[in-house]
Amino acid sequence: MTGRHASLPVLFSGHKGLSDHKELSFRARAEASGRGISALVCFILVSLCALAQTGGQLRFCLRTEPKTLDPLLVDDDSSLSIRYLTGGVLVRVNRHTQELEPELAESWKVSSDGKQITFRLRHDLRFSDGTPFTADDVAFTMKRLMDPSLHSPVGDEFRAAGNAVATKVIAPDQVAITFPGPIVGIDRLFDELVIVSAHSPKKEAAVLGPFMIAEYKAGSSVLLERNPSYWKKDAQGRRLPYLDSIHIDIQPNRDVEMLRFKRGELDLINALDTDYFDRLASSSPQLVHDAGPSLDSDFMWFNQVASAPIPEYKRAWFRSANFRRAISAAINRQDLSRIVYNGHAQPAVGPVSPANKLWFNSNLKPEPYNQQAALDRLKTDGFHLQNGTLIDKSGNPVEFSVVTNSGSKPRERMGVLIQEDLGKIGIKVNLVTLDFPSLIERITQKFNYEAAILGFRNVDLDPNGQMNIWMSSAENHAWNPQQKSPETAWEAEIDKLMRAQAETSDAKKRKQSFDRVQEIVYEQAPFIYLVNLNALSAVSMSVAGANPGILYPQTFWNAERLTLNGPATAKR
Amino acid sequence: MKAARYLACGVVVAVCALALAANWLAPAGYAKQFREFPSAPPSRAHLLGTDEDGRDRFARVLYGTRISLLLAPAAAFVSTALAALIGGLAGYLGGIWLKLARAFTDLFLSLPWLFLLITVRALLPLNVSPLVSVLITFLILGLLGWAASARVLSTSAGALRNSDFVLQARASGLTGPRLFLIHVLPNLKPVLYAQFWISIPVFILSEANLGILGLGVAEPLPSWGSLLRELEGLLSFREEPWRLVPLLLLILVMTSFQLLLSNEEVTA
Repeated sequence: MTGRHASLPVLFSGHKGLSDHKELSFRARAEASGRGISALVCFILVSLCALAQTGGQLRFCLRTEPKTLDPLLVDDDSSLSIRYLTGGVLVRVNRHTQELEPELAESWKVSSDGKQITFRLRHDLRFSDGTPFTADDVAFTMKRLMDPSLHSPVGDEFRAAGNAVATKVIAPDQVAITFPGPIVGIDRLFDELVIVSAHSPKKEAAVLGPFMIAEYKAGSSVLLERNPSYWKKDAQGRRLPYLDSIHIDIQPNRDVEMLRFKRGELDLINALDTDYFDRLASSSPQLVHDAGPSLDSDFMWFNQVASAPIPEYKRAWFRSANFRRAISAAINRQDLSRIVYNGHAQPAVGPVSPANKLWFNSNLKPEPYNQQAALDRLKTDGFHLQNGTLIDKSGNPVEFSVVTNSGSKPRERMGVLIQEDLGKIGIKVNLVTLDFPSLIERITQKFNYEAAILGFRNVDLDPNGQMNIWMSSAENHAWNPQQKSPETAWEAEIDKLMRAQAETSDAKKRKQSFDRVQEIVYEQAPFIYLVNLNALSAVSMSVAGANPGILYPQTFWNAERLTLNGPATAKR
Repeated sequence: MKAARYLACGVVVAVCALALAANWLAPAGYAKQFREFPSAPPSRAHLLGTDEDGRDRFARVLYGTRISLLLAPAAAFVSTALAALIGGLAGYLGGIWLKLARAFTDLFLSLPWLFLLITVRALLPLNVSPLVSVLITFLILGLLGWAASARVLSTSAGALRNSDFVLQARASGLTGPRLFLIHVLPNLKPVLYAQFWISIPVFILSEANLGILGLGVAEPLPSWGSLLRELEGLLSFREEPWRLVPLLLLILVMTSFQLLLSNEEVTA
């Protein structure tokens, strides 16, 4: 849409230039013919724009097969994409502003105790098969979601305060949902809850989103067609979406995806790798988009589990905050960003990316690269350099292994750079790549490792989404999981602060608590945050209205407002 | 043909000499990162440019050649020796031994090695030096790579068992291991050589693939396999052609080895 509006003034200024002729009769004729031309141009443009806005097929790839088409069972990226494009939700987090916006609910109210949310629904909405949308559908969806036999991953988040979630239909356009305990950020949970019909014979195939599934070829493609009953309209009163259909190919090979994009067979690429991004940027810079730091981060941590099969002297190193901070200071994060990610990543600060505008603690800065500071910190713990090798106070040379998942080239390369950085302060690092299942087994069950490099792919802006990492009892408390009681004072403090932010709906108090959590994590460095990855994507020139952002799905979050024009579309 | 063999001999000797002289030719070493010049094109300072992490590609090719040219033939030797022992002996003995050996070979070939190798990796300690990791990798390749060669050798040995000269040797009173060592094994030599040379590039590429399981040569040590992994994502030969040097070197050395084989060996 942006491209279409930008092109209009340019054409009209050209026409204005024609009317400056000196000779009157010629000017009159010219003006007359000019008016005719301008009218014709206007007519053609309007027709073209109308055509562009009301049709066309958008094409892109998913890298894996969607595991499910049931919106309540979604647990993978591909299914999430289909759900996003087809499902109607009561409220939606705007992927650009990160604010919550009304969708099927025109308004909502959270009770003061944080246990109840009441939605007022829009009137006269219909599912894709024509079935009317009412509060009964919301109640039916909630009942199905909370059914333990469904094993819904979305439902797990709604069960945070217990299973006894009650839904009451107050009126056909009003519904109240009551949770057994207070849930902070209760309204944002509903961004993930797709409403399914209580009465439609098509069940979950009847949708309230902008598109509906028209054809699904397992292992090959998914065809989505515009939902004729979709409720949203644009500023001119035209019914959305503009596109006729979306053709999604299932293509795990990124080389093939890139070649097809270059040939004009695809319109979008989400989550582009840095290599591909730079290659495409060198030939067609107008097609690539670097939206800046995303919520994703890569980090390193040391095994602090008491029962881990590692030598006691190494466990003592890993449990020392001085040792961890020294390692953090000895890693050149700027080089990691510049060399491994070609500048498409930023040195990371902590558990919250600067991209998370609501929760990032802006007082914190990335640990500066300073080898001398690292050695000074190590000296306070009794380490010393001897012939270029770092020795601990018991005379053991400092050597440890770092595991990461094989197949992740950036993480392997970060390991190589870290190996050299730490070599400069006399530490020998053995880099080991393992297949993902073996790696997960080692770090979550056997604890048979010394240090690891992995990453978080965050989708949740709220700190509650990180409860399963920061609580000392949590399974994902990677450096020392499932503690019966916090083993250190700072972990006890984090537990207390995380609980405090989860139990209040006072936004200011929550921010204060989570800011302090970020400070403790910075001071103690249980995770040594390395980089925040930028959100990279590619959008064809044939697509108008795209505004790639940092939140998933970066390129098509506003799919109902995307339009197609240009040669790539004509070729298909 | 003789000239070609001389040329091939010259190539192999030159490559070996370059690999042995790596310390003098590339004093910066294979691990030194020139971080200001990642993915640099060839220059006087870096004859083949630098890799993505700024390491001198020329140095890495030389050191990688040293490792691969030493260890891939060693692994090929282990696997061919095992193949000669199992396949050659079974073919020579024939009967139930041949059937048993073929069944065992078929079973060995049908095993899901990918999963078994993952288990092998899980059993190995994490804190091993890159040099030990490379030795383990090629030893595993040598111990696992005999089955296909054993099938070929059992067939060839089976054909020899009923040949006239073996019958004559038997008629002269020669039996058992002596007959096998003096008359059968020397006549299997062309097949053994062929299997040996064929195994070398296979093992070099297998080593690159094993890297995906964490069994390959550990960083920062280079090998031809790890250097070939650099070619992932290369969409055009015209794009940075100097990155193709490890591949060209592999082709050149393997072709030279093939040319060094005698006519009979090539036929086998």
